[in-house]
Amino acid sequence: MEKRVTFSSWTIGILFAVPQLLLIFTFFYWPAGQAVYWSLTLQQPWGGGNIWVGLDNFRSILVNADYWNSITASLVFAGISTGLAMFIALVLAALTDRQLAGSRLYRVVLIWPYGIAAPALALAFRFILAPEAGFLSVVNRMWPGIWDPGLDGADAMASIIVAFSWKYVGYNFIFFLAAFQAIPRSLIEAAAMDGSGVIRRFWDIQFPLITPTIFFLLVINITESFQDSFGIVDIMTSGGPANATNLMVYKIYSDGFKGLDYSGAAAQSIILMLLIILLTIFQFRFIERRVHYG
Amino acid sequence: MVERTPLLNFFTHLILFIGFVFCVAPFLIVAIAASHNLKDVNDVPMSLLPGSDFWINIKTAWVTADLGPKLLNSFIVAGGVAAGKVIISALTAFSIVYFRFPGRMFMFWLIFITLMLPLEVRIVPTYAVVANVLSPYQAILDLTGLSWLIEKVSGVQVSLNLGLLNSYPGLILPLVATATGTFLYRQFFLTLPDELTEAARMDGAGPLRFFIDILLPLSRNNMAALGTIMFLWAWNQYLWPLLITTDQSHAMAVTELKQLIPNVGGTPEWHIAMAGTLIIMLPPLLVVVLMQRWIVRGLVATEK
Repeated sequence: MEKRVTFSSWTIGILFAVPQLLLIFTFFYWPAGQAVYWSLTLQQPWGGGNIWVGLDNFRSILVNADYWNSITASLVFAGISTGLAMFIALVLAALTDRQLAGSRLYRVVLIWPYGIAAPALALAFRFILAPEAGFLSVVNRMWPGIWDPGLDGADAMASIIVAFSWKYVGYNFIFFLAAFQAIPRSLIEAAAMDGSGVIRRFWDIQFPLITPTIFFLLVINITESFQDSFGIVDIMTSGGPANATNLMVYKIYSDGFKGLDYSGAAAQSIILMLLIILLTIFQFRFIERRVHYG
Repeated sequence: MVERTPLLNFFTHLILFIGFVFCVAPFLIVAIAASHNLKDVNDVPMSLLPGSDFWINIKTAWVTADLGPKLLNSFIVAGGVAAGKVIISALTAFSIVYFRFPGRMFMFWLIFITLMLPLEVRIVPTYAVVANVLSPYQAILDLTGLSWLIEKVSGVQVSLNLGLLNSYPGLILPLVATATGTFLYRQFFLTLPDELTEAARMDGAGPLRFFIDILLPLSRNNMAALGTIMFLWAWNQYLWPLLITTDQSHAMAVTELKQLIPNVGGTPEWHIAMAGTLIIMLPPLLVVVLMQRWIVRGLVATEK
């Protein structure tokens, strides 16, 4: 899509783009290139020489059981929390869109979780789900030792999934509700006149019309589950117990900055970048098809 | 709508109400826990009747985590990122949409690609760049032999060094260096009729005048929407500030949460932790409540 009428003086046009280009060169392209270079060399943490090692860094990561454990944990986390956050948000948005009494209130309140910083809600959930105080500790009174995120990997994973999903229900709700409200009312009224009920209308009209939103959110939720999970993991579990919640970004951080293994961390970053680029390309192909400029 | 569906309506209300409770409960629990004393907050289950120590706990949390300066830092950084995004994205989108200089499409793609890789996945090298923000330029000079040339000619050894660790620019600039806002403006500029530009040009307006007097006022809604979501996003950043603020003077509020995690030994001081959490989650929550319309608009428009 292009403008027919433009300005002929190039200088101003180019000058206007300079700040952005400088920023992305310095803080995006250079570091990204650096990551590729580091991943192919053996980097000394405190400067000094570096040795070209080709793909050795990748090889040593890919044979490392800890790394595969981290990938599995990330995928489990991404799968369950995305499914949970999207399903709950979809149901709530569809019901809010029925516009019964009180729907205005829900429309306002249900997006609140979106505004909360992941680490802040993580601390709140750490308390709510704590084994010795808070609320879930009640189950430990009845069956001692049944719930302990500090010792049991599955419990820890469940805790971070709950915290992440809680925030992203709010996020997804915004998009789903916007998508439902974009469906012309006349379409639904016409179907109602033809005698189809609420549920039938949902499956035959609304659901097909919001599939682009579903797809879009699927990609966003998965990508966010890789990034936004860092604060939650750091506050709630620190990757433990026994690496059960050592998600990919957390592992990059702890290997790179705690373990000072820059080359290994860079190689892990590259793998994560490739994963995210793949997802984005996938998403872009779909989105270009449905965006219409006025 | 048009029909009577009492049973379905009942379940609609029921499910929405349950959703509402789950959504509000954590806020309430945090607020109530923040009002208990050490003994009550560790009761199982915790009493849902508010205690009387609310202000004492708030004050303790405020002092322990030194929240005053930290909140100020958060405001500066979040405001800086929001302002930076609003301004720089507008400039870039104007350049992309309204000019035809060579290499324009290449530039468009250069910027577009930055959408793909969030800061979190390239933290290690970005950290190195921020430690000396001129290092890319030094490396370019070294590689092209220019620094050798300069040294030969003028006798000055080129070593560019500007560290941005523990500084506001170091916190803000890398967060601004993505394309999010550019595409919001671009999409909006593309919907404006060509006749507008023609009319402005016929009246003798150059590109600068057109940008300042016509495009910017028309973009007011977009600016509010973009500014709001960028403020929230920057306020809630955690990993980046955690890395580059080794010195407490530039730490942000959200990274201070880690100081509030109760120790394992002894009776955990959850009441203080929750009071701190409440203070830190309040500003973004207020933004969400007050700026709801802009958030919905901004999110739905930028992410497309």
